[in-house]
Amino acid sequence: MNPIKKFLFEVQAITNLLWRSIKGLSKSPRYFKEIVTQIDQIGVGSIGIVVLNGFFTGGVLILQAYPTLEYYGAQSNAGQGVATSLIRELGPVLTALMVAGRVGSAISAELGSMVVSQQIDAMRALGTSPVRKLVTPRIIALIVALPLLTISADMFGLIGGGLVAKQLHGLDPKVYIQSVRAGVQISDLIGGLIKPLTFGLIIALVSCYKGLSTTGGTVGVGRSTTNAVVLASINIIIADFFLSKILQSLFKSTMF
Amino acid sequence: MMLESAIDHEQAFSRINAERFGKRVVPAIEFRDVELAFDEQVILDKISFTIRRGETKIALGGSGSGKSTIIRLVLGLIKPDAGQILIDGEDICEFDDQELMRIRKKIGMVFQEGALFDSLSVYENVAYRLHEENVDEDEIEHEVVRMLQFVDLEDAIDKMPAELSGGMRRRVGIARALVGNPDIVLFDEPTAGLDPPTARTICELAIKLRDLEDVSSIFVTHEMNNLDWIASEYSVLDSQGNVHFVTEGDKLCLINTEVMMLRRGHIIFSGKDEQLRQTDDPYIARFLRGK
Repeated sequence: MNPIKKFLFEVQAITNLLWRSIKGLSKSPRYFKEIVTQIDQIGVGSIGIVVLNGFFTGGVLILQAYPTLEYYGAQSNAGQGVATSLIRELGPVLTALMVAGRVGSAISAELGSMVVSQQIDAMRALGTSPVRKLVTPRIIALIVALPLLTISADMFGLIGGGLVAKQLHGLDPKVYIQSVRAGVQISDLIGGLIKPLTFGLIIALVSCYKGLSTTGGTVGVGRSTTNAVVLASINIIIADFFLSKILQSLFKSTMF
Repeated sequence: MMLESAIDHEQAFSRINAERFGKRVVPAIEFRDVELAFDEQVILDKISFTIRRGETKIALGGSGSGKSTIIRLVLGLIKPDAGQILIDGEDICEFDDQELMRIRKKIGMVFQEGALFDSLSVYENVAYRLHEENVDEDEIEHEVVRMLQFVDLEDAIDKMPAELSGGMRRRVGIARALVGNPDIVLFDEPTAGLDPPTARTICELAIKLRDLEDVSSIFVTHEMNNLDWIASEYSVLDSQGNVHFVTEGDKLCLINTEVMMLRRGHIIFSGKDEQLRQTDDPYIARFLRGK
């Protein structure tokens, strides 16, 4: 099959999967317990790596930017620089990439293994829709968990930046906090939450689709897992560009 | 238009027959000129057969002959390109997911490797269908224990699938398939890779279902000992309720078991096992004797 045709087929299949999972919400059973379990596994399970990631990203931002700010005598704006970079861009994108690596691969591998061991067929044979039971809860869980994880990453990023600014460059924490508060607009916060909602949907859809379309036994599971992470990561970066452009147009006063 | 009308009329007639004369008149499973191809490769070519209530159809054939595909078609997991598949007189080919779920409740499926849910215990696996239907937990427990007793595995109730041997996994798979007393049970190579005594146990379960529970089934296999056991033995209950397996002998021929042999998407033989053994088709002869 030629690559364009294959791409269009995949887009069609992913859209169809999204539609079926939305439709699944309107009918019972709705698997609330499964949704809670997934939020726990995805959200609580990822908090450690996300917080560490955020903390050191905030730290390195100050580490790299402070000498330049100092050169121009603008070191009191250091907090603003970290806050806007983190909340608008680095927090959502880096958290989504970390979650795509950790959770997207796990979802794809789990569903892929279920396909090759005929557990998905067994589920359907027992009268259960795999989309409603497996896909819908994972989509909801990622849409709920990713914004919360992003907020945690942003918070710890600001703390990391503040600590580095104080310990390595002797910046007064009060000045840092003042700068953060002055620099962050409400539009930054809205944009910083819209992005993870979209990224959560991308990770869930891509990894569920790749998992459920696994063929070729255990080798196929490995292939699906790799493809899920790569495809989700690329889509996150591409979606980030377009979302930033849309948000820029919506909130003209700020730069996303 | 006229063809559609004729088909509708025929289906309505089947339903009326079923209501008037009871379910025995209508075949449990019927394939009418079913065709299926993946890309250029023909998987099934105008396949037609009928399975009556309480009858077992043993589907023989080499790898890639299309036997497992037949089972997936019966479950509605894939749709044919042409033809009709009737379950209890209803053509399932045009059914949507909701209607297929209703049909699947009548069918139990035993997968090749058991296909147990790894994250669930034996109890939860067997109880899966009942949990989905929100049945009362006491009732579920009673049914699960009854089914595990049927497959002689009540001691494994709290184990996880990873702790079970291959044969035990298949038996749990059978117990799970039998929950809800399905009218039809489909076996997809349930004895593949098992030692002969365990394979014999699985076949005995299939014989018991056929003779004592009046279940219709398709038994896909390519192992000849499965054919020998299922096509020539029947089960009876003694006065104490114990099950005994009796060989049909020379004077008796089981009428509730037939053999269907597939090759490259075609049925090349359909009939009794005795007829199969007498056929002079070189492919069948080689398949039966391995040379």
